[in-house]
Amino acid sequence: MRLAEAWRVALDALRANRLRSGLTMLGMVIGVGAVVILVALGTGTKNEVQAQVEGLGSNLLLVVPGQVSLNAAPAVSRLDQSDLDAVIRIAGDRDRVAVSLTSGENVRAGKEQVFTSLLGVLETTPKVFLRDVRAGAYLTRTDVETGRRVAVLGSSVAKTLFGERDPVGQQVTIAGVRFRVIGVFAPLGQSLGVDRDNEVHIPLSTAQRLLATKRVDAFAVKAPDAETIDRLGRDIVAELHRRHPDEEFSAVTQEQILGVLGDILGVLTAVLAAIAGISLLVGGVGVSNIMLVSVRERTREIGLRMALGARPRDIGLQFLLEAVLLTTIGGLLGIAFGVGASLATAALSPVPAALTWWSIALAFGVSCAVGIVFGVVPAQRAGRLDPVVALRSE
Amino acid sequence: MTQHAAIEAIDVARTYALDGVSVPALRGVTLTIAHGEHVAVVGPSGSGKSTLMHLLGGLDQPTSGRLRIGGRDVAGLTAAEMAHLRNATIGFVFQSFHLLSRTSALDNVALPLVYRGLGARERREQAARMLERVGLSHRIGHRPNQLSGGEQQRVAIARALVTEPAVLLADEPTGNLDQATGAAVLELLEQLNTAEGVAVVLVTHDREVAARARRQITMRDGRVVSDTADDAETASDAGEVPR
Ligand SMILES: Nc1ncnc2c1ncn2[C@@H]1O[C@H](COP(=O)(O)OP(=O)(O)OP(=O)(O)O)[C@@H](O)[C@H]1O
Ligand SMILES: [Mg+2]
Repeated sequence: MRLAEAWRVALDALRANRLRSGLTMLGMVIGVGAVVILVALGTGTKNEVQAQVEGLGSNLLLVVPGQVSLNAAPAVSRLDQSDLDAVIRIAGDRDRVAVSLTSGENVRAGKEQVFTSLLGVLETTPKVFLRDVRAGAYLTRTDVETGRRVAVLGSSVAKTLFGERDPVGQQVTIAGVRFRVIGVFAPLGQSLGVDRDNEVHIPLSTAQRLLATKRVDAFAVKAPDAETIDRLGRDIVAELHRRHPDEEFSAVTQEQILGVLGDILGVLTAVLAAIAGISLLVGGVGVSNIMLVSVRERTREIGLRMALGARPRDIGLQFLLEAVLLTTIGGLLGIAFGVGASLATAALSPVPAALTWWSIALAFGVSCAVGIVFGVVPAQRAGRLDPVVALRSE
Repeated sequence: MTQHAAIEAIDVARTYALDGVSVPALRGVTLTIAHGEHVAVVGPSGSGKSTLMHLLGGLDQPTSGRLRIGGRDVAGLTAAEMAHLRNATIGFVFQSFHLLSRTSALDNVALPLVYRGLGARERREQAARMLERVGLSHRIGHRPNQLSGGEQQRVAIARALVTEPAVLLADEPTGNLDQATGAAVLELLEQLNTAEGVAVVLVTHDREVAARARRQITMRDGRVVSDTADDAETASDAGEVPR
């Protein structure tokens, strides 16, 4: 029998049982659709995180007390101004070093109030990180050295407190102390459900006075180039360790952060895909089941075809192709459904979803494979029927 | 005739194993179906007529004995080789027609040619010619449920003949038809036998029908108890076998 003929016979058989074929396909549609959607969500999240970490700037080194690992509790910092001076000395240039002292505080303007991250920083922040100021200006060295009560607002803070009005030159109250707004950041947007524009920068010295502390929480150092970054990290950690012998410090690069985050998100994506894979398995078992029913129902037809000259492999092929058609048509519908749902999610919600060709190709390949794997047993059973027995069956 | 017989069975037996008990359905049958013969097989129910037809048609393998179909010994043939042999040599007509219900008369007739690897066009041409031959040109696009029983059996006969087999095996082909329709079907078979030269082997319960065949084989209890060909052999020089 010609292959084209076998496809036609298989397609005819599916058409003869439209409802049953459709319901069997539904299992595949759901399974394949779920794989496509979940992989798109995983990939989208990974892309977003990557873009964010890369968007911080290039050749960045983040220096924090304690160890950077998943199960380590965040350490309380005992770093202070003299450590900052030491780091600047090693980095060779004050403009290469950013520092932060962070605290959650309420900020008020008139009747409006918002809870935000308050960061005590140096004027060097925009030189180390890529941060654009939309209106007004950033802090100056004089602001930092004289401990002025001036603030730069994140865009969502500005929006909540001042609406459409221009905040520059206005007063805000932070932890009961009045500050003058001198600038507003350009928006960064949301990421993983967190508003990245909900922060306020004030001079480090002002923040230390406000919070009654001498500490700083973390440094960020911009290396001159990619080659020197590891060495610089080791030097800084060594110096900090010398100054605080009973404490540990870590210096991590963006690449290392991406690696860790990528691993976490990769595992997450794989787990999601595996869960979706189980529904594919269930769909495959459904196909197997329906094909066995079909073989039983059409035993007389099989007997007749054999009497007329069909070989066991002709009969087997007919049923195998039927199973493959069921799963691949179901798979294509599932891909269409998954792609549609992913695009809709990306367009209509803040949840990131990124389609990749490999996941679509994989979903299609898996659909075919499921048809072959779960169609083989029914096909063999059909091909092995005894023509005399098959012809007599009711 | 120096050419080999269409089908040759020598001491063929077929035993079924049923729940560990062996049931002998055929107990040693020897017979030859020559090209162009017209044979009726009669006998009481359970005497092994259908079992014999299955063996002669290559649907089943004998438990013992030698069986040659179209000159080929079936011993040791694989299922695929048997399928090929059936397609090349045998046409089947069943009591219950066995037409594919969702398929037109034309495509039903063309079905055996699918397993010869013929293209759709060629298949349809040959099938159409065969339907014309059985007088159903005007029913080409009809499905079995749009045809009368007699018409359905004629479609089945066209399907059996479209491969131009050496032998047509018909197991009670009129069993599901009324008297008049059955007679017409039998007449068609006789006509094809004379005109096309295809050997026809017919199982029937009807004495009159059997009498119209040139040769009668009577079975009882898995054995051939009489075969008019054997009687004729002794008097073969005397000319034609009397009806
Ligand atoms: N698959 C089988 N398993 C066991 N026994 C069988 C099987 N097929 C046939 N037989 C037995 O073989 C014997 C011959 O059966 P067969 O069908 O050849 O008879 P038949 O002459 O065609 O009868 P009928 O005129 O009723 O069609 C019967 O006794 C039957 O019970
Ligand atoms: Mg019978």
